Amino acid sequence: MEIVVIQVLNSLFYAAVLFLIAAGLSLIFGVMGIVNMAHGSFYALGAYVTAWSVAAAASAIPPAALFIFLPLGAIAVAVIGLAIEPTLIRRFYRRPEEYQLLVTFGLLLVLEDVIRLVWGGTPRTASGLVDSLGLLQIGGLPYPVYNLAMIGVGIAAALGLWAFVYRTKFGVLLRATAQDRRMAAALGIDVGRIYSLAFGLGCFMAGLAGAIVVPSQAAVLGMGVEVIVLSFVVVVIGGLGSLEGALVGALIVSALRTITIQFWEEIELAALYLIAAIVLLILPTGLFGKKA
Amino acid sequence: MSAPQAPSLVRRAAAAAAVLAALLVVPAVAGTYQTQLLTYGLTLAIAALGFNLLLGYSGLLSFGHSAFFGTGAYAVALMMRYLGVTSMELFILGGIACSAVLAALFGVVCVRHTRIFFAILTLALSQVLWTLAYKFFWITGGTDGLRVPFSKLTLLGGLVGFPGADAFAKFITSYYYYVLAAFCVCVALMWLIVHSPFGKTLQAIRDNETRARFLGVRIWRYRWLAFLVSGIFTGVAGSLWVPLNGLTTPDVLYWPQSGKIVFFAVLGGFRNFTGPMIGAVIFNYLEVYAVAVTEYWQITLGVILIVLVTFLPAGIVGSAARLAARFKRRREAAP
Repeated sequence: MEIVVIQVLNSLFYAAVLFLIAAGLSLIFGVMGIVNMAHGSFYALGAYVTAWSVAAAASAIPPAALFIFLPLGAIAVAVIGLAIEPTLIRRFYRRPEEYQLLVTFGLLLVLEDVIRLVWGGTPRTASGLVDSLGLLQIGGLPYPVYNLAMIGVGIAAALGLWAFVYRTKFGVLLRATAQDRRMAAALGIDVGRIYSLAFGLGCFMAGLAGAIVVPSQAAVLGMGVEVIVLSFVVVVIGGLGSLEGALVGALIVSALRTITIQFWEEIELAALYLIAAIVLLILPTGLFGKKA
Repeated sequence: MSAPQAPSLVRRAAAAAAVLAALLVVPAVAGTYQTQLLTYGLTLAIAALGFNLLLGYSGLLSFGHSAFFGTGAYAVALMMRYLGVTSMELFILGGIACSAVLAALFGVVCVRHTRIFFAILTLALSQVLWTLAYKFFWITGGTDGLRVPFSKLTLLGGLVGFPGADAFAKFITSYYYYVLAAFCVCVALMWLIVHSPFGKTLQAIRDNETRARFLGVRIWRYRWLAFLVSGIFTGVAGSLWVPLNGLTTPDVLYWPQSGKIVFFAVLGGFRNFTGPMIGAVIFNYLEVYAVAVTEYWQITLGVILIVLVTFLPAGIVGSAARLAARFKRRREAAP
């Protein structure tokens, strides 16, 4: 029984991470129509920045205070995103999708090597954060409080994003721009600014996902390349461009992953990719996507 | 925009003959290493040729062609390991058979969609194969991969073998001509395909799907056939590539390998027949020399890709053709 509870918690923790990445991916696609292949690399960047800043400050300040560095990874990635959108991505909105995919693929190649250049090949961790929160006994089995806290962060992020998109003025502008770019521009909305901010927000969420992951598992080279296909699976199941879809997709994918790892480890990822293909075949717009 | 005038068939044939003549003398004038590099380039060019039937001629961007390349490579490695086959001709037939079955299956799923969904579907399906090769290590060797040593290989129905200590140079020279012959066959076949009514129909679908459908064209069937042919060509490329590399690992099935194949086409220019092949050969040199010069070769490639798609979307061959056309017009305008 305890093992079930722990597996459910593990699955929720993983779902929180996947949701943050996939929601950013979906937001960028929903507003700008761009599928960002470099999104996984933003996630990796967030993980590395967090691990590096925590390690640098670990000797100077008490472990509990290190939590102020969690958002740092996310903010750093958001700043990079805000710089990349107007200089690079903006040129591609009117170009065919092939070029949009390719330019972000090029960005992925660059970012992967930038990470290697700056931080090298050794895995980086920030496990001090997990230790500082201690362990909780769940029916006699120890479970890190950190993971529970980060499930909370995931829920807070989902609620915050929902409130942001559906309950603020900026959210209205964002949705208007996503729906009809030209009409929004004609009504006086600064579409360029909305695009930059949406891209920055998407990057922020990917960076946050990396930041909350890195205390519990090390940042390694290739983590971004690995996660991007999985987040495609999430958004495909949920529906590209839908935030609700990203949430439900993340829950489904992480639950399936936990189950397959438990029972038949070899087919874990294969099963996920196959399910994504089947969903695309039957429901091309996913569970929550709008009809094209 | 006025399209550059297509050169006449005679001039094209003459150009092709000149290129072939140049390729034929390469092993005589270049060393073993350069010959080996060019052999790699030619196998990749076959993959690019197959890939471009989809991107260039059908307007479908596949981000999963590593699946076919890897299937061709693994078909060879598995046949050698478990069936004891050594004949390259049998390997190629095996690679064709496996990649055809795979492409037929994937095609049924993928061609129902276009654009971004097509790209994601091909990506997801190719990753199924990657995880299988990666996880079922007792069959596939896992990350260690499977070895395909050239010393065990025989060409031309067992007539040519490479036993002995100093067989490597001999292998490279013989294998270069072998790959070159296969390359010529592939180019000729693909040329016929894209200039056949079938190829013209694909281009019609690419340019205006609705109109093609109104004309009674069965879009899915044409796209499925294009997918099948494309997969087979790329599979053959993988089969030819693996003895040269001596090893196949799950990396050839991983999706960045698909990205590389896309890169070939964009580098050379996917809107013309020769572009992707030239892109593949150039990419191969680029990668080899970038890796030799700097540890951070991915940055180099990434920057090149970004610059290409931003400023030279027609690729090297496309931009050169446009430049030549402009030059010609200017010369004609000022007699």
